[in-house]
Amino acid sequence: MKPPVFDYMVATDCDTAVAALARAGGEAKILAGGQSLMPMLNFRLLRPSILVDINRIPGFIQETPDSVRIGALTRHFQLETSPVIARHFPVLSCAVAHVGHLAIRNRGTIGGSLSHADPAAELPMMAVLLDATLRIVSSTGSRTVAARDFFLDTMTVALDGTELLTEVVLPKLLAQTGWGFEEVVRRHGDFALAAAAATLTLSGSKIVQARIALTGVGPSPLRATEAESLLVGRGLDENLGRRAIEAVREAISPETDLHASAELRRHLAGVLTGRALVAAWRRGRGG
Amino acid sequence: MKKMCDIAVTVNGTIYEATVEPRLLLADFLRHTLGLTGTHVGCEHGVCGACTVLVDGDSARSCLMLAVQVNGRSVETVESLGSIGQMNALQESFHAHHALQCGFCTPGMLMTATDLLRKYPLATDDDIRKGLSGNLCRCTGYEHIVKAIRAVVKAGEKQ
Repeated sequence: MKPPVFDYMVATDCDTAVAALARAGGEAKILAGGQSLMPMLNFRLLRPSILVDINRIPGFIQETPDSVRIGALTRHFQLETSPVIARHFPVLSCAVAHVGHLAIRNRGTIGGSLSHADPAAELPMMAVLLDATLRIVSSTGSRTVAARDFFLDTMTVALDGTELLTEVVLPKLLAQTGWGFEEVVRRHGDFALAAAAATLTLSGSKIVQARIALTGVGPSPLRATEAESLLVGRGLDENLGRRAIEAVREAISPETDLHASAELRRHLAGVLTGRALVAAWRRGRGG
Repeated sequence: MKKMCDIAVTVNGTIYEATVEPRLLLADFLRHTLGLTGTHVGCEHGVCGACTVLVDGDSARSCLMLAVQVNGRSVETVESLGSIGQMNALQESFHAHHALQCGFCTPGMLMTATDLLRKYPLATDDDIRKGLSGNLCRCTGYEHIVKAIRAVVKAGEKQ
């Protein structure tokens, strides 16, 4: 239970970090909060040639007229307690309080959580729900990718070994948008057995935009697009809610593991979606 | 043999200089290099919380940090809270409420509670339980630990 040998360097800016990644030719690992990487090193599931420690690059939460930019090194506890996040993305404030325990939220970073992409993690689901744009740099340039195109498979994202996620951009929600977040865990702070989140943008008593995201029910977080389209143009009632729940259950293919059966996860995904939609509807209506 | 690293770390107010392997865990640095064995090592993969310390004032699992990462930083361990003759209020409360039996989880519980008390109002026992959810105790059933922390919250409200 001790890490294998590796070299270590501190990068105090992104350019230094990506230059080191390029030099190591894909054999380096970025050390951010370390809350997933360090256990994997202790178990010797990974044997990087060098760790590039980026902890001295500061995180940031910066509001622009139409978005909020979040630096990759922003710790979960910073997100949890940020007034800017609470004002513009209360669903994210709520979700991030469910990430791990305080000691984990003090260290863990948004960039690390998204890059690691645990299939039951909350922040990848938030990125997908909120249509985040991710900024990625390498020694040869930079690019942006939509969160929905970023999560490819279990712990697999659209980053090659020489690229670094540097920033998460969240477009602000439209006026009259309500939200809901629901999760089932065995113990507070654990990874979700299943979780669902929704935003509903209303015009009067009609839904004009619906977003539903799920985690823990497949290899990657996903959007329930069929359920979303069912909701648009209508008002939420019991019948519509039931149809949305059915659409979610049909859209997912959860797995059975030690923690829960596929059947239980499919059941939970529906129940949690229903609750998240009711909460989003109530908040959107101003209740 | 990989390159060794020179570090200077403030631990419980004292500056220590050392040359360490990059892969040395902070927990092992504290226990083996500095001899501060108050920090206990349980699972070594960030599940049990026994090795929790404060890094620049924030709780962190010392099995999930490298010694090289705390170069230039300040670390506080359970030894910083008090001594057997002079326990701090939290330690006194653990003692008064029988919040430990074997004592293995206690250093992590104390350091986690120290951070929780600073950051959260802990208005309900449920809040305290959620805050302690990352620290495993196999003796007490947690009940007395929650009571001990509740008493410290109450004492703080009176002041």
